[in-house]
Amino acid sequence: MSDSVFCQIAQAPEDPILGVTVAYNKDPDSSKLNLGVGAYRTEEGKPLVLNVVRQAEQKLVNDPTRIKEYLPIVGLADFNKASAKLIFGADSPAIQEKRVATVQCLSGSGSLRVGGEFLARHYHQKTIYIPDPTWGNHPKIFTFAGLSVKTYRYYDPSTRGLHFKGLLEDLGNAASGSIVLLHACAHNPTGVDPTIDQWEEIRQLVRSKQLLPFFDSAYQGFASGSLEADAKPVRMFAADGGECFTAQSFAKNMGLYGERVGALSIVCKTSDVASRVESQLKLVIRPMYSSPPLHGACIVSTILNDSNLYNEWTIELKGMADRIISMRTQLLEALQAKGTPGDWSHIIKQIGMFTFTGLNAEQVGFMRKEYHVYMTSDGRISMAGLSTKTIPHLANAMHAAVTSMA
Amino acid sequence: MNSSSADRRLSTLSRHLAGTIRNEGSGISSSPTSAGNSVFANVVRAPEDPILGVTVAYNKDPSPVKLNLGVGAYRTEEGKPLVLNVVRKAEQLLVNDRSRIKEYLPIVGLADFNKLSAKLILGADSPAIRGNLVTTVQCLSGTGSLRVGGEFLAKHYHQRTIYIPNPTWGNHTKIFTLAGLTVKTYRYYDPVTRGLNLQGLLEDLGSAPSGAIVLLHACAHNPTGVDPTLNQWEQIRQLIRSKNLLPFFDSAYQGFASGSLDKDAESVRMFVGDGGECFIAQSYAKNMGLYGERVGALSIVCRNADVASRVESQLKLVIRPMYSSPPIHGASIVAAILKDRNLYHEWTLELKAMADRIITMRKKLFDALSARGTPGDWSHIVKQIGMFTFTGLNTKQVNFMTQQYHIYMTSDGRISMAGLSSRTVPHLADAIHAAVTTVG
Repeated sequence: MSDSVFCQIAQAPEDPILGVTVAYNKDPDSSKLNLGVGAYRTEEGKPLVLNVVRQAEQKLVNDPTRIKEYLPIVGLADFNKASAKLIFGADSPAIQEKRVATVQCLSGSGSLRVGGEFLARHYHQKTIYIPDPTWGNHPKIFTFAGLSVKTYRYYDPSTRGLHFKGLLEDLGNAASGSIVLLHACAHNPTGVDPTIDQWEEIRQLVRSKQLLPFFDSAYQGFASGSLEADAKPVRMFAADGGECFTAQSFAKNMGLYGERVGALSIVCKTSDVASRVESQLKLVIRPMYSSPPLHGACIVSTILNDSNLYNEWTIELKGMADRIISMRTQLLEALQAKGTPGDWSHIIKQIGMFTFTGLNAEQVGFMRKEYHVYMTSDGRISMAGLSTKTIPHLANAMHAAVTSMA
Repeated sequence: MNSSSADRRLSTLSRHLAGTIRNEGSGISSSPTSAGNSVFANVVRAPEDPILGVTVAYNKDPSPVKLNLGVGAYRTEEGKPLVLNVVRKAEQLLVNDRSRIKEYLPIVGLADFNKLSAKLILGADSPAIRGNLVTTVQCLSGTGSLRVGGEFLAKHYHQRTIYIPNPTWGNHTKIFTLAGLTVKTYRYYDPVTRGLNLQGLLEDLGSAPSGAIVLLHACAHNPTGVDPTLNQWEQIRQLIRSKNLLPFFDSAYQGFASGSLDKDAESVRMFVGDGGECFIAQSYAKNMGLYGERVGALSIVCRNADVASRVESQLKLVIRPMYSSPPIHGASIVAAILKDRNLYHEWTLELKAMADRIITMRKKLFDALSARGTPGDWSHIVKQIGMFTFTGLNTKQVNFMTQQYHIYMTSDGRISMAGLSSRTVPHLADAIHAAVTTVG
């Protein structure tokens, strides 16, 4: 029998983030804690399907007139319009002037990939600057899209806050026209966001150097509990008359993770450009998967376009954000009560689903082995994975890690 | 250049720069915050997708007798889209189950769905499945499966050329090109016989470099409806294996073509049964009517289980930077139907009914043309198989039919039989008759 034509293929390493859950699942210990993947958990440690999502789904599935025909390549029109209004604001001049091209994509990842491929094809500058650190999948998405990836300083380990000076220097040195990836809010993995004043300085620099901003908005409403507050940086850029890209995800803020619902919006100078850009986006999407999936976008559209469901949604969203903020407070207090050495105030200063603990890889490994606490090796923990019940265990583990190893 | 023409040029230029010249068709308007400042000012308007563009044009037509025979989506006798009863039932079960959650699927998709899909196409008793030689990953319908498979090949396979039949589905070339492969064609359709050009096919594949990838339509070739016979498939298989070509099946119509799931999978099973390697892209768009849910699977049959496992690990590295993981809803519907004996059985009945209605439309159209004495041999209408008929009408005739009879089809003369009904066959027959007798 002849050999496989793929006999030389190497076993690929497990995805570092998803691999955490794989390892967690294998662990038989009853006190194990999964603080790996950023998916929301209730106080009971369970995944959550929002009430408004259940209601919307019931409506859809019980409507005998609903069909399952192909969506247009750009996706569900009502969904696209509502998504753009959600991120840019209903009164956004860019929307009113029809300067925004919005296409439904597969959650945040798909939106970034489609946007990246479009840029690799049509934009004169093929380099994108991403923050250091950033979500592990970012460099791969943009590399596969055909762009070159560089980094700009973002996180300062000594302050556990923003390395603002480094950020401005690095973006200041970028070639004119370079693309810049910006986390709209709740930076992943650090939870460190610029203040509004800092955002204004960043905006001025980006515009003065004609850099092209590409926002990744995965946590709108989920970070602070307010959809408007979490969209402010994006709206600042969209309102200054310049152009920008925004990748939107409904995975976290609507709990629609597995349905893969998202949108890519491109704010252009004129409506004619926006229209031509949209026509070219279709040529990126069609050979990738032809058209996007129907179900999740219908759920989102149903909720966004019904004022009762929308209001209920904002309340459930705030409920999730508040629980996470409460976990932050409780963890800080637990560490303080134990007298754990070090300044842990970053736990409540950081925002969003994740805390960048500052623990090193050895300490992370120790916590996994001795305490069955699972997190990514960069010391990032998902606050959504915690509960009042499990915080003491985590605090014990961190205390032990910090006091027994450097 | 004399001074007056130079002056004219300079003055034109300065007016342009001062922003007082109106758009001269260059796509650049002249106001200060104009498209001239857009970094995408030079982006060209892309042409409408030729297949989907047919429906766009159809929708704009106000005529009450208009007929859309463009996109291959099933229509009932009443001309309506169809959601299968089993799909409705499965959806009700899923949505009413309060224990169901919406967490991310694994990168490779829903495990049950993957196993069941492999069994569906390869057969439940397939030795390849029993030997763990098959890796199956959930993808976005047929298109997504082809793209992921193509990107994998561009990354890991030593031969970067794929041979596709001439003609083929309009999106194939773009999918494989963007995946990073070079696309060549092999002869497939013989316009003279309106059948298979087997000799040309065997010659062209025979001349392909060793190891080249070959795209094969598992059944119901799109757009021609012309399939090899089983004997011809055997010849093709032997040639492919002898030249170490790598077969990549596109299976978009299993069960939909003949009405039998097993029969429509025969070509694929023939190849898998010989112990060699192959790729299979499966779509549930048509046979489960799940078009917009984007449900499909890519299966790679390997020589041994270790290779299959390593291949799967590498497939994840293709999928993760594309969209992270596939959508849950459609795959859950398919899994619910395939794993439940009653739902599965009901599905096979609904599937056969769709296939039978299409076969009936073929017969009625053929009879209608025969009754009109329309010149030419129209027997290909009943010989071809699947959703489409390659009428043999030329572009001028197609345009005539659109203009005069409000009948919409792709410019290659392909019509979707699923778009016909007993009521509308006469109108189509009239249009074809008129086109053939008045336009060359």
